[in-house]
Parts: sequence; structure tokens; C-alpha cells
Amino acid sequence: MSVAPVDPAAVAAADELPRGPSLGRYLALRAGGSLISLVMVVVVGFFAFRILPGDPAITLTRGRQVSPEEVERLRQELGLDDALPVQFWHYLLDLLRGDLGTSYVYRRPVSELVLEHLGPTLLLTGTAALLSVVLGLWLGQKAAWRRGTWFDKIHTGLALTFWSVPTFWLGLLLLLVFGGGLGWFPTAGMETAGSDASGLAHVLDVAHHLVLPVVTMVAVVYAQYLMVMRASVLEEMHEDYLTTARAKGLREDLVRTRHAVPNALLPTTTLIFLTIGFLVAGAVTVEAVFSWPGLGYLAYQGLNAPDLPLLQGTFVVFSAAVIVMNLVADLVYRLIDPRLKAA
Amino acid sequence: MVRPSSAARLRRRARLREVWSEFASQRSGLVGLVLLLVIVVLALLAPLLVPIERLDVTRVTAPSNAAPSGGHWLGTDPQGRDVLAVLLWGSRASLLVGFAATAVSMVLGTVVGMAAGHFRGLWQGVILRFVDFFLVVPSLMLAIVLSSVLSRGLGTIILAIGVTSWAQTARIVRAQTLTIESRPYIERSIALGAGDVHVLGRHVLPSVMPLVLANTTLAVGSAIIAESTLSFLGLGDPTTFSWGSMLKSALDTGAATAGYWWYVLPPGLAIVVVVLCFTLVGRALESVLNPTLRSR
Repeated sequence: MSVAPVDPAAVAAADELPRGPSLGRYLALRAGGSLISLVMVVVVGFFAFRILPGDPAITLTRGRQVSPEEVERLRQELGLDDALPVQFWHYLLDLLRGDLGTSYVYRRPVSELVLEHLGPTLLLTGTAALLSVVLGLWLGQKAAWRRGTWFDKIHTGLALTFWSVPTFWLGLLLLLVFGGGLGWFPTAGMETAGSDASGLAHVLDVAHHLVLPVVTMVAVVYAQYLMVMRASVLEEMHEDYLTTARAKGLREDLVRTRHAVPNALLPTTTLIFLTIGFLVAGAVTVEAVFSWPGLGYLAYQGLNAPDLPLLQGTFVVFSAAVIVMNLVADLVYRLIDPRLKAA
Repeated sequence: MVRPSSAARLRRRARLREVWSEFASQRSGLVGLVLLLVIVVLALLAPLLVPIERLDVTRVTAPSNAAPSGGHWLGTDPQGRDVLAVLLWGSRASLLVGFAATAVSMVLGTVVGMAAGHFRGLWQGVILRFVDFFLVVPSLMLAIVLSSVLSRGLGTIILAIGVTSWAQTARIVRAQTLTIESRPYIERSIALGAGDVHVLGRHVLPSVMPLVLANTTLAVGSAIIAESTLSFLGLGDPTTFSWGSMLKSALDTGAATAGYWWYVLPPGLAIVVVVLCFTLVGRALESVLNPTLRSR
């Protein structure tokens, strides 16, 4: 599930990419595949909430006080008396217009809510992704180069341990120590409630709130990058071109940074994009722990209310984002690998 | 004369002994295995060690959120229950879901992966699209959707985790199936009249199994984290204890910000220890079954 362990097969997966067809054909194939996945997301998003045992109108209003008239009005609003294909068609048309339905809790359009909460999530996951990539890759190549030393053992050990840590628990721990105990950092939200600070003061306030959630995400995510980078540098270790580089008289540092690392980065780059789904999972739990007002927190509220239109909307948006990122990963890989450019 | 079947059995037994001695020579894997056995035995014995009545909220006499003391080694939770007792009972649901969800995911992954590697044409295309979808869709979101539309319970959680986590296995199994099926003995077997079922069942499955087994051990850890995540988000079975639901109640009651470390630390540490054990055993097993990894 979300916590897919880094396995050798994942490293091998990068090699599985087709190398034969021309760039145009390749683009079309990949884009077509992503489009099918998108359609499947929409289908799941629709049918999971409709083909349930029982009346969807009842399911949708579960946990709320509603009169029979209200249920009847909802049935008509949702078009539940139409045949399923007709309903699906209406849902598709709405979706193309950017209409994701109306949230029960907020009593506002879901698409509006999604747009509002997009910024904080991008800020959180973007910062966390950047930091974990830098940290993970740097430590990974260092650990591989010094394989078997204490540096390697300590960092692989740490990475394996962080791997086994559930994201939300690490968040709770940080809350316990730095939020509640020491009081160094705020425990919830993105800005101090009621403050009307602007300019630099506002930026600092947000940054202050950002520290604990970002540290939580980085700690869990960087481990994956470290292990992958370490594995792919190890693959390069015995290549002839490194012997050549050394024979030319290059210092060991330069052999590593100029020759081994750039080659090892190729498979790693794709994997970084492929782990975006992992970041999404992190966003949901981390935002729930720190009440960070992003998309993940929105989904969390959607499942606790239960506010099914909200849940459905966030599912479609999150999945679509991940599918698009995967497509980008394929394209980037194709563009940065000089061996593929000639094809 | 030794019958062929018993010769095969002898050979298999010898190989098993070999695998075990190689596994046992890796200290970290062995430590993980022993710890896991201890934890599983404790979980099985929970009803004998702590009668379930002691977790009945209406009967507890201890104050809520009490710090650890002689009477309550790990203090009490917001309902006044003994944290150690809840932790022990919680291990049952966490381990059960971990094993069961992994079983679902492995069976699905192996069957789909073998089919995707074996069949050609339209079916292969359809199956591969299906696998691709499950590979890219964020599995936590899918699991959340599944468990919020189905009725709450352990079965739903197991299903939600199993159904969203098999795609990786399917991909690995497919690659292995393709490798095996390109070998001459499969061609010979087909020439002798073997059908799909025979080829898959007698030739492909046995050579795919070691790979699946090593993967399974790693996957149990992931499934346990997934279970705790879903329970933490409030999708668990409200009537059973699990490590995730303990942490959910810790968040809901503000135990972390209030500094009740005895309620926040133990469930998380338990998850980390169990998952780490599965990872150690899985890595050791992987390096025994796949010698090319050993140099790493």
C-alpha cells in the first residue's frame, strides 16, 4: 500500500521502460495509458459511492438528522431515479465543467474547497519533497561510496528505522516533545489564529508552523531516496568508466561526483516521481495530526463527518495529480537520459 | 528403488535445510525472527494474561491518564484502562490484519502477475492496464474510499489493504513468469501437451514462490503500518483495540500536547519494533534466495 518498500524490483522497473519506439510514439503511448488510468479513477470515484448495498441517499446522509422529504429532494438532486449510465453521464459532464458536487459539512462546492486547500498542501509537500530529495540523495551516494563503514551502517540503519515508523506517530512524537513539552513550535494550523501580520512577519509565522509537519514528512520519505540512491550508486561501483576516470588521475571525490553520481541519478529520478503517491499518503496523515489546512486535512474531515462528496472529490483530485506526476516522470526520464535521446 | 516423488521430496528437504542454515548465519534476520515469535506468542496468550473484563470501561477503577506506577506499568489511558493491557490486546488486531491483508495481496498479486506474464494478446493488455491503474493510484486514498463506503470492521480493513497493495507483487511475479517461460523446458512441456493450468501450476508457480515469500515478509510490515494508518484516521473497527486506534484516541484527547507520553510512545514503538522485525527477516530471506543481492 502507501508504504511500498523499496525493493530491487523497483530499481529494475526503471530499466523496464521501452527504449525502442520513437519519442512521438512513446509520448502517445504513455499519455494514452495515463488517460485510461484517469478514466478508471473517475469510474471508481463514481461507482464506489453509488453501487453500494442500500440507498445512496441514505449512505450520503449517514450520521445526519434528515427528514424523509429531504432524502427525497436529495434523490432528485442526485438524479438517483435515472438509470445508472445516465447518472454516470451527468457526473462526467459535471466533472468536465469542474463541478465536483457540494460538500455537506461546508455547504459549498467541493471544487472551491479543493482550490482553497491546494496552496497549503503544495507548500508542505513541496518543501518536504525538496528537502528529502536533497538529504536522501546526498546521504545515499555517500553511504554507497563508503560501503561497510560506520557511516554507511549508521545511515542505512537510521533509514530502515525511519522506514518502519508510521508517519502520524512520528508527528505525534514531535508534537509531544517540541509542541507540548518544550513549547518551541505551534501545535496546529498554518498561522497564528487571529493574527493580522503581513509581509515578512506573516512569512515567518507560516514558516514557524511549517517546521514540525515538514520534519515529520522528511524523516519518513528521505529514507526511501537514501536506499534507492545507495543501491544505484552500488550498481555503478564496478563499471569500467570509473577505472578509466581513476586512471586519468582524478581525485576520488571527483570520480564520485562527476562520473558515478550522474549515472546513478537516472534510475533514481524516475523513482522520485513514482514515490509522489507516498507523499500524498503522508500529506493526509501529517495534515490530520497538525491540523494543517490542506487537501489531506480536507479528506480527513470528509471521512470523519462522513462527507462523501468531499471524500469523492479529494480522491479524484489526489489520484489525478499522482497520475499526471507519473506521466511527467516518464517524460523527464526520456529527456534526461542521453542514451534514449538518439532513438 | 527410490520413487521419483520421494527423491524430489528429499531434494526439497535438503534445500530447505540449506536455506535455513544460510538464513541462520545472518544475525539480524535471526534476531528479528526470534522477537517476532515472542510477540506472536504474547498476542495469542493475551486473553490468558489479561482477562478482557479488565478493559471494560464501566468496570475500571483507576483514574484516567495516570502516569506509570507499580500498579499500572505503562499508566492508564483517557478511559482509565491499563495501557499495557490495551497494548497487549491491540497486538492481536494489528498482527491479524497484517497477516490476513498480506495473504489477500499476495494471492491476488501472484495470480494476476502470472496471468499477465502467461497470456498474450487482448487479455494481457487488459490485465496490464489494470495493474498499471493500481500501481499509480495513491493506495491510501483508495483504501480510505473503500473502507468508508463499506461497513466498518476488521474484514473491511483487511480487504481495503489487500486490494490496494497487490500491484507491486504482480509486477515482480510477471517479470519472473516471463523469464521462466522463455526457458526450453517450458517449450518441451507444451510440446508434450501441457495446458495453461499445468504450465502455470507445475512449472511457473514453484519458481515464483521463493520470490513471493521473501516479498511477503516485507509486505506484512507495510500492511501493519497501513492498518495503523487507517485506524488512526478513524476507519478502524470501533469495537476492537489496535495500535492505530490507541494512537487515534491519543490524538483526539490531545494526549501528545498534554504530555501523556505513556499513551503516545508504547503503541508507536510496538509498531516500529514489529515492522522492523519483518523488514530484517525479509531482507535476510531475500539475500538467501537471491544471492546477487548479497554483495550489497
